[in-house]
Amino acid sequence: MTRLLRALFVLLIVKPISLIVLGINIRNRERLPLKGPAILVANHNSHLDTFVLVSLFPLSRLHHIRPVAAADYFCRGPVMTWISKNIFGVIPIARKKETRLEGSEAEDPMQPVYDALQRGSIVIFYPEGTRGEPERLAKFKSGIAYLSKKFPEVPIVPCFLHGLGKALPKGEAILVPFFCDIFVGEPIRWNGEKERFMNSLESSFNELTSQLKLPAWD
Amino acid sequence: MNPGVLATIAAIYGALLLATAIVYVLVPRLSPGKDHKELKQRTNSWWVIVTLLAIAVCFNIGLSIIFIAFLCFLALKEFLSLIPTRRADRRVLFWAYLSIPLQFYWIYTGWYGMFIVFIPVYVFLFLTFRMVLIGETAGFFTAVGMLQWGLMLNVFCISHLAFLLQLHLTVPTAYPPGPGLVLYIVLLTELNDVAQFCWGKLLGKRKIIPKVSPNKTWEGFLGGVATTILLSYVLGPLLTPLRGRVCFEMGLIVAVCGFIGDVVVSAVKRDLGVKDSGSLIPGHGGILDRIDSLTFTAPIFFHFMRYFY
Repeated sequence: MTRLLRALFVLLIVKPISLIVLGINIRNRERLPLKGPAILVANHNSHLDTFVLVSLFPLSRLHHIRPVAAADYFCRGPVMTWISKNIFGVIPIARKKETRLEGSEAEDPMQPVYDALQRGSIVIFYPEGTRGEPERLAKFKSGIAYLSKKFPEVPIVPCFLHGLGKALPKGEAILVPFFCDIFVGEPIRWNGEKERFMNSLESSFNELTSQLKLPAWD
Repeated sequence: MNPGVLATIAAIYGALLLATAIVYVLVPRLSPGKDHKELKQRTNSWWVIVTLLAIAVCFNIGLSIIFIAFLCFLALKEFLSLIPTRRADRRVLFWAYLSIPLQFYWIYTGWYGMFIVFIPVYVFLFLTFRMVLIGETAGFFTAVGMLQWGLMLNVFCISHLAFLLQLHLTVPTAYPPGPGLVLYIVLLTELNDVAQFCWGKLLGKRKIIPKVSPNKTWEGFLGGVATTILLSYVLGPLLTPLRGRVCFEMGLIVAVCGFIGDVVVSAVKRDLGVKDSGSLIPGHGGILDRIDSLTFTAPIFFHFMRYFY
C-alpha cells in the first residue's frame, strides 16, 4: 500500500516537477547503476536534488531507490516521520549525538544504510551533510568513506547537480523553473585508505564541475 | 478543416519517410564505417516535432494555444538557464514566467490590443519596477536588459504564432485561415533552415559572417532563398490566401528573416560561450536552437498578413 502511495507521489509530483517544470540535461546517463547495491553521491543545494535523482530511474525500480536523510530534519513529529519513511522513501540517520535514540549508544547510526545496501538498494548520499549555500560545493564529510570501507565492492557513482540551488534554494518557498544539469562521473570504489578515498571522490567532483561552462551564480 | 492543411501534413510525412530511408539505408552504404548517430537522432526528432505540430494545428484552437504557450515556457526556461542571472532576481524571474499564461489568455480571448502591448509595455515596466524594489543596483541594467530581451525573443515573438489562429482576414476564405497560416510559416521557416544547411554543405565556400556563425555561407544562404521562394509558390496557395507574386515576396522575406533570426541567436549563444542552447531535442540541441529563425519570421509574417489581408 505504502509502495503504491510512493509510486503515485513520484509519478504525479516528483516526475512532473523534475521533467516538465524543471527539465533535465544529463551527461553520461549510461554510468548510472541499473541495479543495486550502489551508492549515488551528489552535491546538495536543494530539496529538488532528491526529486531529480529519483526521476532518473524507472518507476519499477523505485522501491530500491533510497535517499539518506537527516533524522533531525525529516523526522520531526510522527506524521512527518511516517511521510518521510513511506512516501519519500528516505533512510533517516541521526546527524547529531543528541538526536540518536536512547539506549542505542552502541549502535552505528549508519546501520539502516548498511541494511539497505545489503538488500540491494541504490542509496542516494549527500556527503556535504546539508544543503548549504546555493550553488557552492562545501567540504565533504567523511561518513561516505566509512560506508565505502564497509562495502568495498559497492560502486560509488558521483553525480554533480547544477541549477537546482537557483530553482529552490534553502529557505525559499517559491520554485522558479530552471533547467538542471547533471554530470555523472565514473564509478569509484574503496581504495584502501580514507584520505586517498576522499581525495579521489573530491577530484572526481572537481572534474565534473569543470565540464560546466556556465557562469557562476551571484 | 482546410484540405490543404491535411494534404500538406500528409506530404510532410511522406518527405520524412523518404529522408528516414535515405539516412538509414542510403547514407550508411555511401559512406560505410562512419557513425551517423547525430544525423539519425536528428531525423528521429523530426518525427516527434512533426507529429506534435500536426496535433497542434489540426485540433481545436485552445489546444493549439496551450501548445504554443508551452513552447514559449520551454524556450524562456532554456534562455534563463543560460544567461547569468543575479541571485537577488529569483522572484523577478518568477513574475517573468507568469507573463506567459497571461499573454496566451489575451490571445485566447482574441484581444489584439492587449496582446500587442502587454509584454513590451506592462511586463517590461513592471519587471523593472519589481527589480528596483529588490534594491540590488550592481548589474541592474544588464539584468533588466537580458530579461526583457529573453521575453521579447521567447515569448512575445513566438506568441505571434498563436495569434495567427485568431486573425480575421478581410479577404474571404473557405475555411478558418488560422491553421493554414501557422503551418505555412512554421514549415517554410524550418524548411528554409534545412535548405540553407544543405546548400551550404553542398556548395558552401564564401562565409557571410565568420565571426558569428562560421558555417553560414553565401552559397547556403542564396540556395536557401531560392528553395524557399519555390516552396512558397507551392505552399502559399495551398495553405494561405497568398497568390502569385506575393508568394515570391513572402518566400524572400521568410528566407531573409529566418537567416537573421538564426544568426541573432547564434550571436547570443556565442556571447554566452555555449554551442547549443540545451539538449532537449536529440540531434538538434535545445528548443531555442530550433525556433531561433521563427522568432523573426513569425511576427513579420503576422504583421504582413494583418496589414495586407
